[in-house]
Formats: sequence, structure tokens, C-alpha cells
Amino acid sequence: MRVIKDRSVIDDEWLLIHKLDSSASIPEGSVILPFSFWQANRDILLKSKKNHAIWIDGSIETESLVDDLEFFSIIALDFPTFKDGRSYSHARLLRERYGYKGELRAIGDVLQDQLFFMQRCGIDCFQIRDDKDIEQALNSFEAFSMCYQAAADDAIPIHKQRKFK
Amino acid sequence: MYKYDNYDHAIVNERVQQFRDQTRRFLAGDLSDDEFRPLRLMNGLYIQTHAPMLRVAIPYGLLSSKQLRMLAHIARKYDKGYGHFSTRQNIQFNWPALETVPDILADLATVEMHAIQTSGNCIRNTTSDQFAGIAKDELEDPRPYCEIIRQWSTFHPEFSFLPRKFKIAVSGAEGDRAAAQVHDIGLYLVSNQKGEVGFSVFVGGGLGRTPYIGKCIRDFLEKKYLLSYIEAILRVYNRFGRRDNIYKARIKILVNAVGEEEFGKQVEAEWEHIKEGVLKLEQKDIDHAQSFFTSPAYDENAVDVNSFNEAKKSNSAFSNWAGRNLYPHKIPGYEAAVISLKAPKIAPGDATDEQMDFIADLSDQYSFGEIIVTHDQNLVLPNVKQADLFSLWEKLETQNLATSNIGLLTDMICCPGLDFCSLASAGSIPIAKQINEKFDDMDYLNDIGDIKIKMSGCVNACGHHHVGHIGILGVDKKGEEFYQLTLGGSAENDASLGDRLGPAVEKKEVANVIGKLLDVYVDLRQENERFIDTYRRVGIGPFKENVYASN
Repeated sequence: MRVIKDRSVIDDEWLLIHKLDSSASIPEGSVILPFSFWQANRDILLKSKKNHAIWIDGSIETESLVDDLEFFSIIALDFPTFKDGRSYSHARLLRERYGYKGELRAIGDVLQDQLFFMQRCGIDCFQIRDDKDIEQALNSFEAFSMCYQAAADDAIPIHKQRKFK
Repeated sequence: MYKYDNYDHAIVNERVQQFRDQTRRFLAGDLSDDEFRPLRLMNGLYIQTHAPMLRVAIPYGLLSSKQLRMLAHIARKYDKGYGHFSTRQNIQFNWPALETVPDILADLATVEMHAIQTSGNCIRNTTSDQFAGIAKDELEDPRPYCEIIRQWSTFHPEFSFLPRKFKIAVSGAEGDRAAAQVHDIGLYLVSNQKGEVGFSVFVGGGLGRTPYIGKCIRDFLEKKYLLSYIEAILRVYNRFGRRDNIYKARIKILVNAVGEEEFGKQVEAEWEHIKEGVLKLEQKDIDHAQSFFTSPAYDENAVDVNSFNEAKKSNSAFSNWAGRNLYPHKIPGYEAAVISLKAPKIAPGDATDEQMDFIADLSDQYSFGEIIVTHDQNLVLPNVKQADLFSLWEKLETQNLATSNIGLLTDMICCPGLDFCSLASAGSIPIAKQINEKFDDMDYLNDIGDIKIKMSGCVNACGHHHVGHIGILGVDKKGEEFYQLTLGGSAENDASLGDRLGPAVEKKEVANVIGKLLDVYVDLRQENERFIDTYRRVGIGPFKENVYASN
């Protein structure tokens, strides 16, 4: 699977498991598991694996995963359709409020023209929709050279840059 | 007025480049219709009945003469020679070709204008009081705060894919001329017991198919918390607003589902986390925004009541115009002159390129080069000296711009309706025409006095029919256009939603029905009562009876 990470296209070994019954056996290898599976099998997972990755959907209460953040290498945020903007809030909360330092990966209906906003909210890995040109999507990060408002990135908002008389 | 600096210019120019590339990719087939739609909507571009429609933002309604000339140029070069001023301080062009839209945006950028977030499920153009800065009843000019909100909301990374559109209005005067209580967020500048000025915050107002008046969730918000509080509201909405049904996706539905008290609590809880953070405004941020909204160099000796009165005495047409179309100015000797875009036989709110150029010239000559767009789809020259009023009026007459009907029955609010809009169920402009034809006697109109007729061609309520004293809603009944009337709505401080009169009426009957409503008013009114006052006193009964009893 090719993804964009740190603004370049890389090959990535993580396998996204979209659905998994909570009573199923633990999949081998580097897998991104549904959060519900993590919740049901947390203790076994912690014993059997080193690196953990989950995916969450927009309806989750971000607060419900706060206690486990230290265990995750990846939290994947699902965009069931690119019009569903809930995960932008989740990303900012995870980064800015709860200090999550691991990877935030956008999955689902992830398209070029959303990437600028996503990166500003703290998402740093992008699994572009299969039928789209992932190289072309890289162009979107530089859409704007400056920003009016602060977010999860390190952009300094314009009003802080202005030199007032 | 606000002047772009290098930062603002860079952002708007980059937006033009971005949209040029998006349009190119769409035309090349790299973007599907579905994928391009939200991108073009965030740039105010609709695909309409005949052609694309481009909606250009006029932040808080303020235009320079240079900007108005650019709008005239766009109407001439890319459209069919006219533009339509909307109820939310935007202008709409109905006939541009999709391929030319990036060029239009580039032209707009040269005069510090854009179409950013004039549509789509994002934070829209922040609107305000059309008489901001000149009204006698103003506590503080709301426009600097609108500008602060404009900048914060522009390409907000978290709130560009909201459940639904989001509209903010700011009012700074005793009289609410910004319809703040029918906005997703309505802000009133108020002073507290200590004499400090801040905001009272209303949320969840809105029209459309489920109209609500906004609920006050905070009586007093210190100015420095303006952005953090709004961000908290938006975050709660973005996370918890419904996304399963577009008709239930506005914040008003969320506020009413959880209750205003609970919603307020959620906002306050979110706000606690962020209020002292990077969004907190410093005094210099506010000072900076305010520095752009200073008074022009008013003439201290502008008072010239004698020549003004003489002109009124000697010319009754001028006197009528001065009686209806002037709004009192806080500086003695000045008046705000409202230019009616509601001449008979003209689609309400439309202006030709020639008229726009003409008004731009008049504003340079008489009003420090400023023009204001009103919620009632008219234009205002905000600073006209009394001594200049007569010559201004004479010039307006030559361009069919001196209709003396501000606030009267024929000063209707009207959406584009079935003639242009792909969402519409019925025509609006033909009804405006019908009303204009029936009520063409100025004496009668003046006798009826202040009344607000607001008309929408579908339930989306772009013509704000719910808050018209008489509201008219176009509906489709098995392919026939019918019209549902409501009475008693208001978008002002005493905001209220109109009550349904009864079964919808046939297209050809609309003006006649309005005539019957007015007959009841004339019969029952007491001294100095406006239509809305009489309605509120006597209720819907007599009106209903007179309209339906004879059928």
C-alpha cells in the first residue's frame, strides 16, 4: 500500500482491517484494528504485540480513547465520505488537547483537495483513495503559504505576524 | 473600510490559483461532479437552471466605488450585463461560463474581493448592519468584529466540512438590522452593568424548512473571547450535528434536540479548554481591525436644512423620495440615501452594469466613495450632505434608481426563484411583477406605509419569507405553482416567525390576496399602527376570514 507520509509517497506495510468481530482471533502482522476490537481485546493485545494501531470513525467520542493513547503507533481516522468533517475535530483534539504524538492517518474517501485542511489539523499520513493519482495529490499541501488561524500544525496565524503600529 | 495587506492579497491570489487548478482538473475529468461540487460551492459557484451562478461576497455589505465598478465590469464582460444583490450582502451573477470563473476570481482579487465560502457547508460571509458606522442608535461599530471573524473563518481547517452551511451576523445597535436572531450564530454588541462592551450570543436561529428563532446561550461575552467562544460552538456542532439528513443538519436542529441549556453547557465546557489559548484576542488585534473603520472627513458645516426644505417644498417627487429613502445619520447635516433596486418591472435586487458604474460615480461625488448593500436588496450611499440630496436625486432619476418605495409594499425581498434557481418550486420574480402591477398607486402605498413582504420560491427560504410581515412561499402542487402565505413574521429585535394564513393560493391570485389582507389592515388599524402592529393586536382571524370567506 502506498501512502503519503511527511509529504512524500512511501510504501507502507500496515494493513487496514475494516471489520473484525470482537471475538475473532488476533490477526498476525502490522494491522490497523477497529477500535471496538481493541476495546474488547486490550489486555491480550498489549501482551502479544509491540506496536498497536486502531481506526476510529467520526461518531466516536475522542475522549474514550484518551487513556490508551500511549499504546498507539497509528490512529487512523475514517472519512466515510469526504464531506464528513468530524474527524478534523478528532484530529485536533488528539493532537492539541491530548498530546498524541503518534501517526494520525486519514483513511476512506481521502482526496487531494482535503489534504491541506487535514495536515493543518494534525493528520500526517494519507491513504489516498485508490482510483486517484497519489503523486498529484502532493500538490495540495502547498495550496496556501500562510493561514489566518492557528491549528494543530505550527503555522503562525497571520494576525500574530502582522506588525502593528 | 478594510484594506488588504500582503497577507490577505497572498491568500486570495493563492485561492484563485487553487480554483483554477480545480476547474482544470474537473474539465479534464480528474474530478467527478460529486467531488467538484463542494469545491466549487466553497467558491460560491452553483450549477443552475441556465448556467452556473457565481455568488461573490461583500463582507458586511461594504463596497468601495472601485469595487462596485469591478462588479459592473464582471457583469458586462462575463455575464449578461447585470447582477443580483442577495439578502445576505452578496452579489450573484447568473450567466458566467464555468471556464471563465477563475478569470472572474482573478479580476475580483485585484479589488480585494472574492467568492470564498459564499456557499457550501462551511462558515459563510459574516453579515452586519447596513447602517453600521453611521446609525444614531449604535453602541459600537460591528464591522471590525465581522472582519476578525472573516479572517478566522477563512479556510478554517477544522470547519470546512460542517454538517451544513453556517451563517454568522453581528449587530452593534439597539435596532437589529442584521437579522441576528435568524442566524446560526447571532451576536449583539451590548454593555454590561460595569459599562464594558461585549457580546450577547444567540445560536440556532435560521429559516429554511424548519425555522427557528435563535436562543441566547450567553448574555455577556468579553470581546477577547469572541473567537474562542465561536470556535467552541463550531466544534460542538461539527462533532455532534446531524449528518444523516441534510434537512436536519443545521445547528438549530442540534440546539433544539439537546435543548438550549444543555447545548450551552457543552459549548461552555469546550470553551473552558480553549478560552485562554491562542484564539484569545489581544487589544491590539481589536485596535487593528477598528483602525480600518474610521469616519470619513465629515464637513462640520454640513447642516443645511433650509436648502433641503426648500427643495422638498418645490418638488413633491423629491419630497416623497426624501420621506421614504433617507435614513438618519449620526452626523448633523448628513443623511444615508437608500437607492431602491425595486423599480417596477425590474427583478428585485437587480442592477445593470451601467447602473453600478453610475452609482459608483455618485458615491465618489457624494459619499466618500462608499456604497453599502442592504439585506433588503437595495444599495445605500451612507454619507450624503443635505445640500447634495436634491442633485443626487435628480441624477438617480435618470437611471431609474429613484423609486421612492423604501420600506413600502413594493420594496419586496425576492429570491431568483424558478426563473434561475434549480432548487426552486415556483417563480418569485413573476409574483413581484404581479404585485408591482396591482399596487402602482403611490398614494395607496404610502397610506399602507411600512410593511415587509418577503418571498421565497421554495422552502429553502432564501427570500426569508418566515420573517416577512407578509411572507410568500412558492410551492409546487402537481406541477402547478401555488403560494403559501404567512403573516406576522419579523427579523428585527422582536423576531418572530410568521403564522400560516391557510391553504396555498393560485399563482394569479397572490396580489389579490395581498389586497384583501391590506383591506383588513386599513379597516382595523389604529392610529400610527403598522401592518405588523395591527396583526399582532388582532391576530390572524380577521385576515383569514377576509381571504377565504369569499371563496
